[in-house]
Amino acid sequence: MNTESGTTAVAHRGWLAGAVGAEFSDAALRQVLLGLPGVDQVATNERVAGLATRSIKRDAKLWALTMAVRMVDLTTLEGADTPGKVRDLCVKARRPDPADPAVPPVAAVCVYPDLVRAARADVAGSPVKVASVATAFPSGRASLAVKLADTADAVNAGADEVDMVIDRGAFLAGRYGQVYEEVRAVREACGSAHLKVILETGELATLDNVSRASWLAMLAGADFIKTSTGKVSPAATPVVAHVMLAAVRDFAEATGRRVGVKVAGGIRTAKDAIRYLVIVNETAGPEWLTPGLFRIGASSLLNDLLMQRGKQLTGVYSSPDYYTL
Amino acid sequence: MADTVSTGSGTVPAAQVSWEYAPAPQERDFVTIAPSYGLFVNGEFAPAADGRTLTTVNPATEEPLAEVAVAGPADVDRAVRAARTAYDKVWGPMPGAQRAKYIYRIARIIAERAREFAVLESIDNGKPIKESRDVDVPLASAHFFYHAGWADKLEYAGLGPRPRPLGVAGQVIPWNFPLLMAAWKLAPALAAGNTCVLKPAETTPLTALLLAEVCQQAGLPEGVVNVVTGAGETGAAVVAHPGVDKVAFTGSTEVGKQILAASAGSGKKLTMELGGKAANVIFEDAPAEAAVEGIVNGIFFNQGHVCCAGSRLLVQESVADTVLERLRRRLGTLRLGDPLDKNTDIGAINSREQLDKIRDLSESGEAEGARRWSPPCQLPGRGYWFPPTLFTGVSQSHRIAREEIFGPVLSVLTFRTPEEAVAKANNTPYGLSAGVWTEKGSRILWMAQRLRAGVVWANTYNRFDPASPFGGYRESGFGREGGRHGLEGYLNA
Amino acid sequence: MPDKRSTTRTRTAKSPAAATGPGAPDGRLAVRKTYKLFIGGAFPRSESGRTYQVRAAGDATVNVARASRKDVRDAVAAARTAVAKWSGATAYNRGQVLYRVAEMLDGRAAQFAAEVEAAEQVGSAQASALVDAAIDRWIWYAGWPDKVAQVAGGANPVAGPYFNFSVPEPAGVVGVVAPPESSLLGLVSVVAPVIATGNAAVVVASQDRPLPAITLAEVLATSDVPGGVVNMLTGLRGELAPVLAGHMDVNAIDVTGVGHDGRAELERLAAASVKRVFAAGEDWTAPPTPRRMLAFLETKTVWHPMGM
Repeated sequence: MNTESGTTAVAHRGWLAGAVGAEFSDAALRQVLLGLPGVDQVATNERVAGLATRSIKRDAKLWALTMAVRMVDLTTLEGADTPGKVRDLCVKARRPDPADPAVPPVAAVCVYPDLVRAARADVAGSPVKVASVATAFPSGRASLAVKLADTADAVNAGADEVDMVIDRGAFLAGRYGQVYEEVRAVREACGSAHLKVILETGELATLDNVSRASWLAMLAGADFIKTSTGKVSPAATPVVAHVMLAAVRDFAEATGRRVGVKVAGGIRTAKDAIRYLVIVNETAGPEWLTPGLFRIGASSLLNDLLMQRGKQLTGVYSSPDYYTL
Repeated sequence: MADTVSTGSGTVPAAQVSWEYAPAPQERDFVTIAPSYGLFVNGEFAPAADGRTLTTVNPATEEPLAEVAVAGPADVDRAVRAARTAYDKVWGPMPGAQRAKYIYRIARIIAERAREFAVLESIDNGKPIKESRDVDVPLASAHFFYHAGWADKLEYAGLGPRPRPLGVAGQVIPWNFPLLMAAWKLAPALAAGNTCVLKPAETTPLTALLLAEVCQQAGLPEGVVNVVTGAGETGAAVVAHPGVDKVAFTGSTEVGKQILAASAGSGKKLTMELGGKAANVIFEDAPAEAAVEGIVNGIFFNQGHVCCAGSRLLVQESVADTVLERLRRRLGTLRLGDPLDKNTDIGAINSREQLDKIRDLSESGEAEGARRWSPPCQLPGRGYWFPPTLFTGVSQSHRIAREEIFGPVLSVLTFRTPEEAVAKANNTPYGLSAGVWTEKGSRILWMAQRLRAGVVWANTYNRFDPASPFGGYRESGFGREGGRHGLEGYLNA
Repeated sequence: MPDKRSTTRTRTAKSPAAATGPGAPDGRLAVRKTYKLFIGGAFPRSESGRTYQVRAAGDATVNVARASRKDVRDAVAAARTAVAKWSGATAYNRGQVLYRVAEMLDGRAAQFAAEVEAAEQVGSAQASALVDAAIDRWIWYAGWPDKVAQVAGGANPVAGPYFNFSVPEPAGVVGVVAPPESSLLGLVSVVAPVIATGNAAVVVASQDRPLPAITLAEVLATSDVPGGVVNMLTGLRGELAPVLAGHMDVNAIDVTGVGHDGRAELERLAAASVKRVFAAGEDWTAPPTPRRMLAFLETKTVWHPMGM
């Protein structure tokens, strides 16, 4: 039982209470959140465009591709999912490339709560974790009681990690206290499982909102902040990732606690993945270049990583036919 | 503190592997550098009359690149007369729509040969390929494109129904943006109907000579553009020549004053774009991440070899410590090295002379009591290099707060109130540019109104566009380049 | 083998259309072009399936699409979709795209000259001169996007601590009734100024001389002009112009191509949506002025206090 999360929440409550006083009212939280430094959209776009000119070659590229594989949360979140589908996913997750045992397993598989038990069985004996979405994913439109029951289902079925969604309607309506309280309650319900908080940046509209939602989630005890459910477009973008990575960096500076970042949705190519790693490296810092602090939620990305890795090692361009589903 | 760091998923080793980006060199074979170059006069390349040459060097390696002709008085005279003939017989009488077509061609050819120009610029100047490729060359092409469109629209420039060109323009440009400065000079002059004698800087002649080749390729009539390479004496000869109607100079204030004195009474029209010591003002409510980028961009872009560089950071005292901490951390990610490596952020200093000046002024900074800091930086063995440097505890009376260093050296001062910021920012004989960082719109406009600078960047820095007029107040010069206002310098209006 | 005649500037008696006539001199049967509409970047036939006949070179007749009111509807929808991106592009980008169009026009000058010769029944030298003038006119407009705001906008010195500036913005979707007789020069003169500033156009081409308009559409389709920015409709002016004039999602309309008699009706139809209506008699050979751009620009004025 990890009491560290409980202690963390208390510590942050203290920090926050110092900032807003004893009342965690919407108005008080608004003052704190709106008091964060503004995020300039044009400047952010330019910074990210500059980082995209980094040219990663040879050893550096091979390192990045292998690290990216280790950071993948291999995901299936479809209405049509079955235990069979989950089994295929888990086998792939444990051994992404049967032809090359040097390829490490991915970080985790990510499934709906009612398939956690099946996934648990299929990854048993491997380092691959089981992450489950929860809290009325993807919309988040349900009562707190339903969300907590959803979380409990996942945790009781053996999920190592829980990916929750924040209530975007509440956030956009300024009910920051409600958002805070939901995250805090779910974190408590997670127990020893670690909590990723999905901000759904595509619905937050402004980078200032992304920054504020990041801080709100972290103050409420998030272990990871995550960009998207992948069900809404736009999902992850390098620009929101940069804002979130700056937020976790500043949060670590202010509180001493490092929160991770997960980007999810629309990341299909190895080139994209490497771009994100550059942003991690030059925004949050090299300390975040580890699966413990950075994840990529994806499905088809994995084979592109393997193909590019193959090309780096053999010198010739590969074909999807040589990589298993 | 333990060797491990705790995160939500357990602990990870505190010592992380740092991810070394492998060298990513830009291929050099895009460009062929000839062993020697002549002057470009009247549509042809030819050696100087007395055969004199100078050697241009790659500042990142100190390797000699080529011999370049040094134009003597006879050559300058020949060039001016070629320009005069071309003006009288061909370019002056030519309808604007036709001039436009030639200038459009030049713009398009630069864009077609963009990579060649970028590689050559980085080799001759020392600036990172990332900058020459993404900033210098595209802007140069854009400059020609924008001005081409004015050639047949001069009656709409706000200068009267029939503005006429001045004649022959003598143009002397610096080494910090060799191709771009050539574009800034030639494009408006040609669009307005003038012909040109251009004198590139001594240490960076090669892209100007490639541009001359482009003029040939575009079929530009002979004598319309002439390029006379050489050093200070050549430049002096160009601006002093009685056949020159217009003198346009970009360079140091010191040389600018000499030119002004020498041109006194000559009746020549003048544009001067001289030095600066811009204040980059950061208020406590500045967008934090953007402001740090703006500081970095302001002084380390192009190794600080920028007349409008934000070389004085004026940070509001209440946030000075936080801003500086963020800045130092950000400076740690800057990559200094081979200009042709695509990942290089900071290239070489252009020459031994410039390096000595930067060192000299930096030493004065320490001697006068400011605190010096640089991120850990591996300087290559050969070539001219200077690490990004910060001086804190600087006040207005320090030399490093008053004199233009023209290198990657930032002097940090503080202020308490907006009025104090304005007073400090304006407390200089220069007046080229300034930066203002704050989320408050009213304050941006209030500051812009009060800052005595020809260019004010708010929540951004070092932004250039052919449509945007550029130029300074007081000892930063007079006249504007770019935009509708920039045409005025080349027209008799 | 590419048809060399369309890439050289020399005049030949054999224009592409002439080779379609009976007993073609060289014995080779030409591949005849189908003349379609240009909507949303694609070349559909009229949804009505109707065509009308127009005389081409060598007394051949060709079938040209006869656009219907539904085609007008589709064209307006395509234009509306295109406006956001086109007006959102930088002025520099629009200028470059327009210049690229001029490059493509120049490459096809011989083809255009042959079509103008046939359409306007002028000699080949005159046709060449008209085509050259049209290309040069287009280039004149290509140089305007990045300058209009400097000429038509600016800071206003109001009496108070306010920064006040006016910027010209494109009106949106503009209907254009092209001149009936000047099949290329007149056409270019009414289309280029509309799109240079960021508007999208729905053009009713000359009813009797539509072929150069269709070739112009082909040029636009190969020139980086986004689909929907220019939509070219051929057909009967009397059927199409009133639909455009009455369409509630068209912001402005240029009715120069409609004779004086027909304008009142169009102005009446336009009144229901307070459409801006522009008409100007033109000598297309005279040098242009900025007024055709200004006519389709709205001026937005912004205030902001200046204070510490």
